[in-house]
Amino acid sequence: MTVMDPTLEEVKKRAEEREVLLDLENVSLSFGGVKAITNISFNIKKGEIRAIIGPNGAGKTSMLNVINGFYQPQEGVITFNGEKRRSMKPHLAVSQGIARTFQNVALFKGMSTLDNIMAGRATRMKQNLFWQMLYWGPAQREEIEHRKKVEEIIDFLEIQHIRRTPVGTLPYGLQKRVELARALAMEPELLLLDEPMAGMNLEEKEDMSRFILDVNDQLGTTIALIEHDMGVVMDLSDRVVVLDYGRKIADGVPEEVQSNPEVIDAYLGVSH
Amino acid sequence: MFYRTSGQFKTTYESDQALFPIKQDMVLLVVILAAMYVIFPMFASEFTYKALLVPVLIYSLASLGLNILTGYAGQLSLGTAGFMGVGAYACYKITTIFPEMNIIVALFLSGFFSAAVGVAFGLPSLRIKGFYLAIATLASQFFLVWLFEKWAWLYNYNASGAIEVRTMDIFGLVVTGPNASPMVQYYFVLGIVSVVTFAMINLTRGRYGRTWKAVRDMDIAAELVGINLMRAKLSAFAVSSYIVGIAGALMVFFWKGAAEPNLFDIPMSFQIVFIAIIGGLGSVMGNFLGAILIVALPVVLNLLPEMLGLSIGSATMEHVNVMVVGSLIIMFLIVEPHGLARFWALIREKLIIWPFPH
Repeated sequence: MTVMDPTLEEVKKRAEEREVLLDLENVSLSFGGVKAITNISFNIKKGEIRAIIGPNGAGKTSMLNVINGFYQPQEGVITFNGEKRRSMKPHLAVSQGIARTFQNVALFKGMSTLDNIMAGRATRMKQNLFWQMLYWGPAQREEIEHRKKVEEIIDFLEIQHIRRTPVGTLPYGLQKRVELARALAMEPELLLLDEPMAGMNLEEKEDMSRFILDVNDQLGTTIALIEHDMGVVMDLSDRVVVLDYGRKIADGVPEEVQSNPEVIDAYLGVSH
Repeated sequence: MFYRTSGQFKTTYESDQALFPIKQDMVLLVVILAAMYVIFPMFASEFTYKALLVPVLIYSLASLGLNILTGYAGQLSLGTAGFMGVGAYACYKITTIFPEMNIIVALFLSGFFSAAVGVAFGLPSLRIKGFYLAIATLASQFFLVWLFEKWAWLYNYNASGAIEVRTMDIFGLVVTGPNASPMVQYYFVLGIVSVVTFAMINLTRGRYGRTWKAVRDMDIAAELVGINLMRAKLSAFAVSSYIVGIAGALMVFFWKGAAEPNLFDIPMSFQIVFIAIIGGLGSVMGNFLGAILIVALPVVLNLLPEMLGLSIGSATMEHVNVMVVGSLIIMFLIVEPHGLARFWALIREKLIIWPFPH
């Protein structure tokens, strides 16, 4: 028996059935006179891989920054897990369950891989200064308990061999993987990946794609993904939203978006 | 060969995260501690205590405090001496207001005053970074020294404007004042430095250390992994100033015996910054190596001609001294910009695989 690719209708139906995790309503963001995002609404559903694509300067990264509270939009409502908000502090977004990686690797260069990933669990560690100074009793137990979780992630992403290496000395592809590991250490419900495959070779891209699918599949994490490699985007994502000049120009399953004339115009370029 | 780590397997995270996962490090530490606690006191003269051992320990402690702030949390500070002064004056006031109080308690209490002042002057760090923050802390340096001079209450309206340490004892053993034995003072300082160093090693390898280092390496990313930047920076200022304050109190009470406000002026701040940089930013052990180089070496160099039977004038020796120490600093910074601690780390790596090159 051969496994058939699902038809367009089946894919759409599956997307429909899912519960909404994050909903953006008429969000606008501007820096002085520059409008980065204009009146955008879309949602991300539980358990899906949602791609955000668009030409350079379309407002994709700004979109992620709005979602995790790094930028405060001037207008619009963001609902995450049923909770409405417009703005919040980034460190609170983490405790709500939103984690992210960055376009240009933003690791803590002077620390080892292990410490970087452990830093991702900073908000979950509670022991006070006194026990920390003794490194004994509750503080030691806490440290070990979190170490176990971190080791699971290290196993999952196959980076055991670089555990003790300072991340500054690692090759680019591995740094990206450590960054993913750090985001996973936050045990997010929604994981925002900003160009996880930028600057990678084919093999590294394949590895990274596999990890993204595994994270989505085995850990059940919802993923929002910005990526320029269209092959990757169309293969990985359940639904795609397309931005251009801060506006939403298309939204739907990959097959629909691919054939949308406006999307083709945006990528190939027509006179605006 | 002597530093071989093969065969030392770890089967639990507990043993993997132990303070010294490698046996040889443990042995080395025991040797050093034995030297400090047993062997030095067997041979040391009063001069050795007063000019070498005690100053090195106190400067190491102050540098450790600064290193928490600058080396771990990445916040540049030029106000170290001012915070040391706060610790010293606070300890002085506490011991005059509560004459019965145990000096150890007074010492650890005075740290809280310098911590509070440190946090207050650390507030600008929430808005400004790098060199600009250094200038802001420089302001605290000037302000505090001015305060020590002008606020007569601080030095009990003493006509000389200086603070003088009276004789105090712990359970009958005289520890401060002119009658205290240098050996007792040395053991006292050594004990406190050991305890604080142990606490800081633990703190820097745990959650606090990771938080601080994350803020140092990339503050935006730190914020987005859920670290509260304000709390991280201010806790670094608090812990750092606490230690620096204790170092200041130790300096006046257990070494100098008296202090004028200008003791806590900028040259000492710079000296401590040098110790931290040459020892290695972001390292606990580096502070001790740096202090040995900057504080102890000039003293030893001064004695050298006499020991070799050469007759060199003391003024000439002073110049030679500055030249030798200065060129050593430059040499070390060129050979290993990350400081003496990294130097040791490299030697250790080589020792582990010795006699093989890889």
